[in-house]
Amino acid sequence: MKHLLSISDLSKSEAINILNTATEIARVSDGPMKKLPTLRGRTIVNLFAEDSTRTRISFEAAAKRLSADVINFSAKGSSVSKGESLKDTAQTLQAMGADAVIIRHSASGAAARLADLQWMSGSVVNAGDGTHEHPSQALLDAFTIRKHLGKGQDDLAGLRVAIVGDVLHSRVARSNVLLLTKLGAHVTLVAPPTLLPVGVTTWPVTVSYELDEVLPQVDVVMMLRIQLERMTDLFFPNAREYSRYFGLSLERLRTLKPTAIVMHPGPMNRGLEITADAADSARSVIVEQVSNGVSVRMAILYILLAGSQEGISL
Amino acid sequence: MSNSFLIQGGTLANGKKSDLLIKNGLIAEIGDKLVNADAVTVQAQGCVILPGLVDLHTHLREPGREDSETVLSGSRAAAKGGYVAVSAMANTSPVADTAGVVEQVWRLGQDAGLVDVFPIGAVTQGLQGLALSEMGAMAHSQAAVRIFSDDGNCVADPLVMRRALEYVKQFGGVIAQHAQDPRLTNGAQMNEGDVSSRLGLKGWPAVAEEAIIARDVLLTEHVDSRLHVCHVTTAGGVEIIRWAKARGINVTAEVTPHHLLLTDESASTYDPIYKVNPPLRTEKDVMALRQGLADGTIDIVATDHAPHPSEAKECEWQEAAFGMLGLETALAIVNKTMVQTGLLDWSGVAQRMSISPARIGGYSEHGQELSVGAPAHLTVINPTLTTRVDRDLVASKSRNTPFHGVELPGVVVATFFKGEPTFLDQRVRGVKA
Repeated sequence: MKHLLSISDLSKSEAINILNTATEIARVSDGPMKKLPTLRGRTIVNLFAEDSTRTRISFEAAAKRLSADVINFSAKGSSVSKGESLKDTAQTLQAMGADAVIIRHSASGAAARLADLQWMSGSVVNAGDGTHEHPSQALLDAFTIRKHLGKGQDDLAGLRVAIVGDVLHSRVARSNVLLLTKLGAHVTLVAPPTLLPVGVTTWPVTVSYELDEVLPQVDVVMMLRIQLERMTDLFFPNAREYSRYFGLSLERLRTLKPTAIVMHPGPMNRGLEITADAADSARSVIVEQVSNGVSVRMAILYILLAGSQEGISL
Repeated sequence: MSNSFLIQGGTLANGKKSDLLIKNGLIAEIGDKLVNADAVTVQAQGCVILPGLVDLHTHLREPGREDSETVLSGSRAAAKGGYVAVSAMANTSPVADTAGVVEQVWRLGQDAGLVDVFPIGAVTQGLQGLALSEMGAMAHSQAAVRIFSDDGNCVADPLVMRRALEYVKQFGGVIAQHAQDPRLTNGAQMNEGDVSSRLGLKGWPAVAEEAIIARDVLLTEHVDSRLHVCHVTTAGGVEIIRWAKARGINVTAEVTPHHLLLTDESASTYDPIYKVNPPLRTEKDVMALRQGLADGTIDIVATDHAPHPSEAKECEWQEAAFGMLGLETALAIVNKTMVQTGLLDWSGVAQRMSISPARIGGYSEHGQELSVGAPAHLTVINPTLTTRVDRDLVASKSRNTPFHGVELPGVVVATFFKGEPTFLDQRVRGVKA
């Protein structure tokens, strides 16, 4: 594995290998020595051409716990926001000797372009590209689901997952649909028709417009962030109407199976797609998703840069 | 330079094997085993001789973007591709919306001397879609403009479109519409469908094109004018035009070579070399376009040759410019998609790439059947030779061909413009040089 650009590039066994590696890493991180010497002397660049504090911090923590040198290259005040081309930025990073670049970008396919054009020789990790994919988020979500509901097996066979909200614009949804179905879960997308892509009929999922019908049947409900700008583009009438039909309230939470968990990739709009009491309930694993994110991203960097072929030697 | 040429051993578009003698800019003789001691001989065994190709949709970028193409470099690309006439789109800088600009482009074409460059005038001032440009002045200028288009932009306002269609009747003009509803395509990046939903690129629905075509054929019928639909890309668009023609509406339509061959699957690499307006569609659309071109619903092939500098394509998909080169590969692609598939014979190709475009544009010196006394504009193609497209060897000033590295069947052997070779022995020649 050279890059992590899309979940579709991963085989099922490669995905499971990342999850298993993350499990091992999490076990070590729970001990007294949080930091591993694995990537000492390697340079990892966080190229964030779009705001995302939580993903950047998560990758930065992951890289530092593997002893890599981390350079943060963020959008504000950087050349990316001054109109420097992606090509020039990549060549600059190459000249600085980056072993890996973690890229967050508002353009779908930006990570693929960076990897394909041989502007630089290092590994590329897609940390969210436009409305395309966010593979590390899906991996940490799968990791979290497996931890809670995995019944000891490697994959997620037999589990039912609802992904609720703005699927059309969600890279988290795209990556999760690909990964969770690859791991054997059954995914139901729940959204108003305006927020589902035209091509959704070809996706390996079930589609529903009725959140109340779906909730009692699922093991996992994953709420997506809804951006208020979508209202002005006529995707839904207003926030109140959206919450009424697609928001996760305490009443709706009570219709879930007793074992079901509630997830959200963050940042949340409390009171819009999820009420505060639902977000903070015992069912919610939202905070845990964040800590799992570091272990999963350590596993990704470890496999990309230390090589998976020699196996895990922690 | 001799002004007599004897083309030996070729086959005319009608399938008849004939030699052809060119003298003083005209076709002097057609027949078996012609001899002429003074003439330069061009061997055309295995080749097809077509009336010189005419393009109704060419972006030559001059004035304004001479970094990507000039009238001269575009003329060279045209000659290399077998063209003897091109139609320069109006979206230059300044926009070709006055007699001054169209006369400038016309004169640059004459100076280059490799093809006839017929300027297209803007329908609205600055391509803004609000106020009509001085179409009368452009029609009566030295450039004698007959085709008007805001190409790049759609004449979206139905009232503006109605008035434009009415207004051009007084000088026998035609409105060439870029059919794209702007509200349905705001920020759109590629065909809306399975592939766009997977790639997370903003979709460009087929209906955005079809709704405008439907509206415009009805407006054309209502005001009894003439409409030309630029670059049709959807199966639904073909259906609407078929319906309109059956109803007797005076509409013609074009398809580009790339829409006859490529699909939206090409976007999967996120390489914006495949980013084009209108976007590449699905396999089903490609098949409907080929069928429409074969049965005459779509009248012509037009290149939509759209040069861009490399930095406009070496970037993220959504930042990249729309458009691809077309002039130098058009005939080979038509050979591949239409002739080799049995959908068209060479006389059908002559009709769709020379005769019909010249008729639609009113280019009376062009698009004539090859006959004694006709102006010697002709294209010699060897349809069985193949060539690998190399973007570093194009005659155009830009390199944005989506066919780099692709093996295409059909090599242009010679292009004659006004009886002189503008392309021969694998190189572009200057007529006036």
